Amino acid sequence: MIRAKGFGWRHAGRKAWAIRGLDLRVERGERVLLLGPSGAGKSTLLAALAGLLAADSGEAEGTVEVDGRVGIVFQDPETQLVMARAGDDVAFGLENHDVPAAEIWPRVDEALARVGFPYGRGRSTAALSGGEQQRLALAGALALRPDVLLLDEPTANLDPAGADLIRGALREAIDPGTTAVLVEHRVAEALPLVDRVVVLEPGGGVRADGPPDEVFATHGDRLAAEGVWVPGDPVRPRHACAPPGEGLLAAERATIRDRLAAVDLLVRAGEALAVLGPNGTGKSTLALLLGGLLKPDGGRIAATTALAGADATTPPHRWRAPALARRIGSVFQDPEHQFVTSTVYDELALGPRRTGLPEDAVKSIVDGLLARLRLDRLAGANPFTLSGGEARRLSVATALTVAPALLVLDEPTFGQDRRTWIEMVELLAGLRDEGRGIVTVTHDADFVAALADRTVRL
Amino acid sequence: MRSTLAVLGRRNPVAKVAAALVFTVALVTTLDPVPPAVAIAIELAIVPLFGVRYRTLARRAWPLLISAAGVALTMVLFAAERTGETVLQAGPIEVTTSVLSGALGLALRVIAIALPGVLVFASTDPTDLADALVQNVRAPYRFAIGALAAFRLVPLLSQEWQLLRLARRARGIDAGRDPVAAARLFASTAFGLLVGAIRRGTRLAVAMDARGFDRGGPRSQARTQRFRLPDAALVAGAVVLAVAVLLLA
Repeated sequence: MIRAKGFGWRHAGRKAWAIRGLDLRVERGERVLLLGPSGAGKSTLLAALAGLLAADSGEAEGTVEVDGRVGIVFQDPETQLVMARAGDDVAFGLENHDVPAAEIWPRVDEALARVGFPYGRGRSTAALSGGEQQRLALAGALALRPDVLLLDEPTANLDPAGADLIRGALREAIDPGTTAVLVEHRVAEALPLVDRVVVLEPGGGVRADGPPDEVFATHGDRLAAEGVWVPGDPVRPRHACAPPGEGLLAAERATIRDRLAAVDLLVRAGEALAVLGPNGTGKSTLALLLGGLLKPDGGRIAATTALAGADATTPPHRWRAPALARRIGSVFQDPEHQFVTSTVYDELALGPRRTGLPEDAVKSIVDGLLARLRLDRLAGANPFTLSGGEARRLSVATALTVAPALLVLDEPTFGQDRRTWIEMVELLAGLRDEGRGIVTVTHDADFVAALADRTVRL
Repeated sequence: MRSTLAVLGRRNPVAKVAAALVFTVALVTTLDPVPPAVAIAIELAIVPLFGVRYRTLARRAWPLLISAAGVALTMVLFAAERTGETVLQAGPIEVTTSVLSGALGLALRVIAIALPGVLVFASTDPTDLADALVQNVRAPYRFAIGALAAFRLVPLLSQEWQLLRLARRARGIDAGRDPVAAARLFASTAFGLLVGAIRRGTRLAVAMDARGFDRGGPRSQARTQRFRLPDAALVAGAVVLAVAVLLLA
């Protein structure tokens, strides 16, 4: 079904091979979980199996062969849907494969039913939640009746409810005769879907291959250390050892029309506060309000003198940006939204330079943060070329450069591997223990369990 | 939105576009204010036949009214030829009857030419238009369907712009009253938007190819668009009306 012999691929313009020396056989109907630390070439292998590596986009060695038709589902639901209506989107692949018009709609309906799509064909794709969009993308792949179904972290961009929807659909919807290859770093949740685990070695080749139990018994610890979410390996919780200090910022009946119902809460120094709630309740909007980035439509956001001194009489959204950044650091869900310079070093130097510090003082702040967040080797790299984990660490570090007393983070652990995840817990716990206030808006129940001293539910 | 009255709104999208083109091309050929005024009257009269509410039309067409007013004002201020009776003398600017009629004619033309386009796009589903372009006038599907998919991502851009602006403020960057800083901030925000748009566009293109968009070879059609007699009649009607309006000049 799938046969790779000495397969390798190097993306154009890169020195290192993304994948090399791979020998792999997957038989018809097998369900394979593909694992490996970041950079082991998992996504590259899936792209190769799907025939998406154009000959002019890199250099190949060895061979990779797939019998039959291939379907693939990617990570990001937003950029997989092509058409404005759900049914048309499923039909898109069938049209491309020249399926006769009379067969198209029955196959569309069948695929929609298989993934448990709850609406009709005419439903607007823009009105779907992330989990529903991803189910639709799965229907689009299944409608082509693939012999091999490839899944590249299909739940990574979804909230827990959306991820459950997709895993449920995957359990129900895949034919026994269909071969499936899944890349997923939340291993425990993926295990019920697979019967074989293949671990890729970052330097090339396969490190381990076999039934899940055997693979994790012999390679689990090493994989965990490399950032893979191995099942049954709990993380040490880090709760505050001292009682919280004074209040820093309060929301009083703060609301934004159509986005956030009135909220009351107080953020205190030396305390990690987690804001929870299902999608659509306005968690991110609340983070923007607390960050002094939006003006509430009703109620108010009030800083205390402990946070803002004499400026406490004006609401945070009226503060000038430099004053705001020195008091409240905001870390957005997508790190790239916050990058404004062309090197990691400049990105970290930006805040201190704007406060008028001499260059040697700036350098000592930047070097300290680079070391603390394991970014020192990347000082000269462009922020937009960083991996997901590196970009996340950098975006947190940029907020820390001017040492704000309060840090507001939107989904700081979203899509992170285990190693970055643990680093985030340790870093934020350390900042809290220094006496800073920490607010995280998150879906990640494990993260809340590991860090939060108090939770607020929207 | 679509009532049974919408006999024109239900026509083939290519026919609607062709009719709008015929009508507007005719208006480009005249400078007289009367034909565009009559054309606007006709256009406004047939709005219900497209199944478009006047309120919807007003919401979509207000930028058009502003630009028409801008054109008229520019003419009043800067027209070279100032003959006829003086209506108003304001400092160095002498407003005469010829200036007014020229300005009015131009403003009316802007509206008369743009209105059919607004009407067609307000009453046409983009998917139907792409289908009709591919099926009825043999436009390349890679272009038509590709553009359709790309337009789906456009609404994301305005959300993204808002987030990028807030993210810069969170980083401690604002321009205050400094125009140079404002320009730099705008450029950096635009760059961020571009990077994001290219990333998303690339991912979408890969996802489309993964579903066989790049197969080449024959492609079937899930939805059919037909060019029927009433569609031809719409185009013919537009030709007749265009000629009639021009004869009024």
